[in-house]
Amino acid sequence: MPFKKFVEIGRIAVLQDGESAGKIAAIIDVIDQNRVLIDGPCSGVPRQAYRIKNIHLTPLTIKVPFSSRSKVVRAAWDAEKITQKWEESSWAKRMAMKTRRNTLNDFDRFRLQKAKTARNKILTKAANKNAKVLSKAGKL
Amino acid sequence: MRASGTLKEYRVIGRKLPTPDEPETPLYRMKIFAPDQVVAKSRFWYFLRQLRKFKKTTGEIVSVEEIREQKPLKIKNFGIWLRYDSRSGTHNMYREYRDLNVSAAITQCYRDMGARHRARAHAIQIIRVEPVAASKTRRPLVQQMHDSKIKFPLTSRVQKRGGSLFKAKRPDTYFQ
Repeated sequence: MPFKKFVEIGRIAVLQDGESAGKIAAIIDVIDQNRVLIDGPCSGVPRQAYRIKNIHLTPLTIKVPFSSRSKVVRAAWDAEKITQKWEESSWAKRMAMKTRRNTLNDFDRFRLQKAKTARNKILTKAANKNAKVLSKAGKL
Repeated sequence: MRASGTLKEYRVIGRKLPTPDEPETPLYRMKIFAPDQVVAKSRFWYFLRQLRKFKKTTGEIVSVEEIREQKPLKIKNFGIWLRYDSRSGTHNMYREYRDLNVSAAITQCYRDMGARHRARAHAIQIIRVEPVAASKTRRPLVQQMHDSKIKFPLTSRVQKRGGSLFKAKRPDTYFQ
């Protein structure tokens, strides 16, 4: 059970509370045991103090010296292509899926229902065909 | 004083009302930490009465200005010299806090004094606040953050309880 994600200078974290909830930012410095200084110049998060309890650490990091200016953070962020890496990660995709599901309107839900039944019809047809073949061969 | 919310830093300047014997009176300036302007003026008179021979009725406040932090995104180590009344006597203290602005550090100080020494806000007098260089800090709790390669894991992450009341497995409290 060794730890793999640390609160450290340059760690990318997902913010959980406040205006920037759901966005990612880099940890630039540690203020004290409960707060860090974060900055997300490429993700629209202003430089601010933030509670450690409200951040979720990601596996991504950038190389920046402590308390770097936003310009330096932006350069390192773009060099590591963090926005692209984040968007490709399953974590970000799951977050996007959840928000998409929450914002479906009635028509979208109707379309989803129709799409699900169509897919399930294909699946059950194929499964039944397979079952018939196996029962004929005496294997079921 | 009721140290409600985050305190603000005020620069209060006051003087004794001019009289025919003394047409030009000297100005006195104080740095006051208070929740609002009204309390700032009140604290100004409280301190000035103890230091000089004039009070609210015989003096006037010339200006009250809120002082904003010059660099609110730079982390500083604040050294706070204060004097407080305990149950059995009055003592001087030096405390250190790490924060972004003076008012937040002073607010932290008031909360901390209330927690550790049960000292109410009215019993605390802030003598001096100064940002201290990292090499000159004296408190280990502040000094432990002075590491350019600081790194620590989040152990014992307590998440909000989710799901049913009874579970087959104990929850994991480490944030991987």
